[in-house]
Amino acid sequence: MKLLSNIAFYLLVGVIVLISVFPFYYAVLTSFETGTAIFQVNYLPVSFDFANYWSVLGARNFPRSILNSVFIATLTVAFALVLAVTAAYALSRVRFKGRGAVLLGILAVSMFPQIAVLSGLFELVRFLGIFNTPWAMIMSYTIFTLPFTVWVLTTFMRELPVELEEAAIVDGASPWVIITQVFLPLLWPAIVTTGLLAFIGAWNEFLFALTFTASETTRTVPVAIALLSGASEFEIPWGTIMAASVIVTVPIVALVLIFQRKIVSGLTAGSVKG
Amino acid sequence: MAHIKLENIRKSFGAFEVIKGVDMEIRPGEFMVFVGPSGCGKSTLLRLISGLEDATGGDLLFDGERVNDLVPSKRGIAMVFQSYALYPHMTVFENMAFGLKLSGADAGQLKARVTEAARMLQIDHLLERLPRQLSGGQRQRVAIGRAITRNPRVFLFDEPLSNLDAALRVSTRIEIARLHKKMNDTTMVYVTHDQVEAMTLADRICVLRDGKVEQIGTPLELYEQPNSTFVAGFIGSPKMNLLNGEKAGAYSCHTLGIRSEHLEIDESGRWEGRVIHSENLGSDTYVYADAGAEEPVVIRQQGNRPVAPDTAIRFSPMEAHLHRFDESGLRLR
Amino acid sequence: MAIAAESLMAAPERGISELRRQRQRAAMRFLLPMIVALLVVAAWPLMRTIYFSFTNTTLSNLDGGEWVGLGNYLNWRTLSSGRVIYRGVLADPQWWNAVWNTVCFTVISVSLETVFGVVVALVLNAEFRGRALVRAAVLIPWAIPTIVSAKMWGWMLNDQFGIINDMALSLGLISQKIAWTANPDTAMAAVIMVDVWKTTPFVALLTLAALQTVPREVYEATRIDGINPIKVFFRVTLPLIRPAILVAVIFRTLDALRMFDLVYVLTPNSAATRTMSTLARENLIDFDKFGYGSAQSTLLFLIIAIFVVAYLKLGRLDLSGEARR
Repeated sequence: MKLLSNIAFYLLVGVIVLISVFPFYYAVLTSFETGTAIFQVNYLPVSFDFANYWSVLGARNFPRSILNSVFIATLTVAFALVLAVTAAYALSRVRFKGRGAVLLGILAVSMFPQIAVLSGLFELVRFLGIFNTPWAMIMSYTIFTLPFTVWVLTTFMRELPVELEEAAIVDGASPWVIITQVFLPLLWPAIVTTGLLAFIGAWNEFLFALTFTASETTRTVPVAIALLSGASEFEIPWGTIMAASVIVTVPIVALVLIFQRKIVSGLTAGSVKG
Repeated sequence: MAHIKLENIRKSFGAFEVIKGVDMEIRPGEFMVFVGPSGCGKSTLLRLISGLEDATGGDLLFDGERVNDLVPSKRGIAMVFQSYALYPHMTVFENMAFGLKLSGADAGQLKARVTEAARMLQIDHLLERLPRQLSGGQRQRVAIGRAITRNPRVFLFDEPLSNLDAALRVSTRIEIARLHKKMNDTTMVYVTHDQVEAMTLADRICVLRDGKVEQIGTPLELYEQPNSTFVAGFIGSPKMNLLNGEKAGAYSCHTLGIRSEHLEIDESGRWEGRVIHSENLGSDTYVYADAGAEEPVVIRQQGNRPVAPDTAIRFSPMEAHLHRFDESGLRLR
Repeated sequence: MAIAAESLMAAPERGISELRRQRQRAAMRFLLPMIVALLVVAAWPLMRTIYFSFTNTTLSNLDGGEWVGLGNYLNWRTLSSGRVIYRGVLADPQWWNAVWNTVCFTVISVSLETVFGVVVALVLNAEFRGRALVRAAVLIPWAIPTIVSAKMWGWMLNDQFGIINDMALSLGLISQKIAWTANPDTAMAAVIMVDVWKTTPFVALLTLAALQTVPREVYEATRIDGINPIKVFFRVTLPLIRPAILVAVIFRTLDALRMFDLVYVLTPNSAATRTMSTLARENLIDFDKFGYGSAQSTLLFLIIAIFVVAYLKLGRLDLSGEARR
C-alpha cells in the first residue's frame, strides 16, 4: 500500500515538473530548428542551428528593445525604491492620524485596472511630450511599482527592533539618519529582493508599452516579441520568435532561480497583511 | 553631574494611567535604583527621564532646567538597553562612536574618547569586531561603552542584566559598581526587578508600586525600616516573615514582621511550629515551619544545621527587630 | 517592549513632546513625494479617464471632445416609427459579451489555479529527495514573461504544426487537428489553460508559505491518532491555511478581471475571448472612439472597486498594522 502511494506521489511530482518545464523546453528546441524542421513535430532535439538567434540578434531593433527594457525597468525601480524607503519608514515606524488611510490608498492604487488610467495617461504623456520615448513608460510604470515597493518595504521595516531605533534616538539621530545609517544597512537584502520583483514586473509590462510606443526603436521586449512578423503577412516566423523568447527568458529565469528564497519571502511578505 | 527633580509626574497611555503622580529628587552623582514588581511603572519612569516617553503631566527638571520639551539627545543622557541594542552592521568602535560622530566631534577627539572608554571596560581588543562576534557579556560592555563615550550627565540603565546568565550577571554587576566609583560625578538611574541588584548597587532605592512611590531610602534604611508590608516583603531575600492573628495581636498590631535571621530556634521559645522543609545552602540553613500562618515561617540558622521535616520546634523573635504594621499595611511607629 | 513600541508610535496627545513632533514632521516630509507621485500617475489619469467617458473625444483629436454626459454609457433615440434605439456601452452586446467572457475566465481560471496551487503546495511541503529542484521547476512558468508564455503556447497550440495537436492525435484524444486559438469554441479554454499554467506557481508559493508555518507536531499528533490523511487535510490543514489562500484568491481575481496581455497576444480579434480590457483598448486606440473606450474603462474600474470594497468590508483587513503593534 505504501509502495503504491509512493509511486503515485512521484508520478504526480513528475507530472508537475513536466508541465512546468515542457513549454520552455519546447521553445528552446524550436529555436534551434530552421526551415522544414520547424514544420515537423519533434519531441527531442534534432538540430542545433543558431540561425534563428543570429537573425534575432542581427535584426535592427531587437537588441535595441532589450536595451530599452533594461533602461526603463532599472530607472523605474530605482525611482520607486528611493521614494518607497522613506515612505515605508513613515508608514511603519511613526504613528500618525491617517496612516491607515494612506495604506488603504496605496493598496487601492495597486488594484487599479491599468486600462482605467490609460486614457488619462495617454493625454498626460502627449502633453508632456514624452510619447514614444522611454520616459512615458518610466512614468506610467510607477503606478504599479511604487505601491508594490512601498507595501513590501513597509512590511519588512515593521520587523526591525524598536530598541535599535531608540538607541539611535538617544545617540541624537534624526529620522533621516536613522533611515540611512541604521535601517538601510539592515534592510538591503529586502531592498534587493523588492527591487528584483519590481524589475520583473516592469520588464513584463505590455499594455502601456504597446500604447505609448510607435516605432521599432523605442519598443520594449514584450512589445517587440508580440509584434515580430515574418516576410509575408501569412508567414509567422516561429523559429525566430522562439529564439527571441529564449533570449529574453533565460536571464530572468536564471535570476529567479538564483534568488529563489528571497523572492518567495518577498512575495509572501507583500501578500501577508494584518 | 545632574540633579534630577520629578514634580508630580504623571503618565497615561490613552485612558490608562501608568504613573500616578511621582515626586522625587535624585542627587548629583547618586546611583538611584528603581525597583518594583512588573507593571509598577519603573521602566516607564526611566523612559520619561530619558525623553523617549513624554509625561502627560508634571515637570522634569535637570539641574533646575525644565527638560520636558527636550529630545533625548539634548538632555545629556545616555541609555543602556536590556537587549543591548547595538547596531549590528557597525563595529564595536563605530557603535561607540556613533553618537559622538552625529554631534560633530572631530576624528581625533572621537578616537580618544572611544579608546578611553574601551580601556575602562576592557574591550579595547574588540574594537574592530562586529556585535554578532561577541558574547553576551561583551555586548553589554559595548553597550555601556557606547553610553560612556557620550559623556552624559545622567546614565540610564534599563534592566541591563536580565539577558545575562547568572554567573555573568554577578560579574557584570561588579563592573557596574566599579564604573560608578570611577565615574562618581555621573548621576545613574538603574531599573531592575531584582532586589539583589538593587541592594548591591544602589546609593538609594526607590520602590515603586502601581505607578506610585512606596518608599525611597538607602538599601539599609529600606531593609531595616520598611514603611509598609509591601516594601518589607519586597526587599530582602528570603522575604520577611509577616504574621497576622494572635502573634500580631500580642504586640497590638495587625501584622507583625520579623526577618528570618532574627528568629531563633530555642526549646523555650515563645512560638511553636512544625518543620516542613529545610534548605541547606552550606553557609546558612533556612528552616521552613508551619506556625499556623498563611505561609510557612522562615528561620535562618547559621552553618550547616538542618532540621528534619515534621519535627516540632519552638522559636522566638529578637524583640529589637520586630516590625509592626496596621491593617492597611503601613508601619506603626 | 510593548511599552516601548506603544510610545514611539503612539497617537498624538496633548503635551506632545518635541521628539514626537519631530518624528511626525519627518514622516510627513517622507510621505509627500510618494503621495505626489501617485496623485500624478494614478489619481489624475483616472479622473481624466472618467472625464473622457463623458465626452465624445476621438484619438485623433484629443482636445476637441464635447461633453455628452452619460451618452457613452446609455443613450436612446426614438425613431419616427416609434421604435426606440438604445446605444451606449450598457446597451452594447459586445460589451456584455466582454463582461461575460471576463467573468467566466476569472471564475474558472481562479478556481483551477487555487485547486492546482494547493495541490502543488502540498507536494512541495512534503519532504522528498529533489524537492529543491521541483520547487525551482515550478517557479519557471511564473518567471517567464506573459507575452513569451503566450507565444510559446501559441506555438504549441498551433493547429498545423502544434505539438499539442500532435500529442492529442497520437493519444487518440481527438480525431482531427483543432485550431485552439482561432476556433471560438476552444479559444477561451486555451486562454484559461495558459493563464492557469502561468499563475498556479504564485498561488502555490503563497500556500506553501502558509503550510510551512503549521507546526509539525500537529501532523504528528494526527499520525499517532491514525486519522485518515484526507480528513486531516480538510479538518486540520485547510482551516489553518485558509487566510493565505484567500489572499491569493483575491490577488488572482483582481488580476484576472483586468487581464489584457494574454488575450491580446494569444487570441487576438477573437470575440470568444475578448475581455473588458481588450475591448476598451480597441475602442480607445484602434477605433478612435476615445470617449467610448473611456466609458468602458470606467465601468471596469467600478466593477473592480465594488469587488475590492466588498472584500475589505467582509474581510475586515487590518491594514495599518494596528493590531500587531
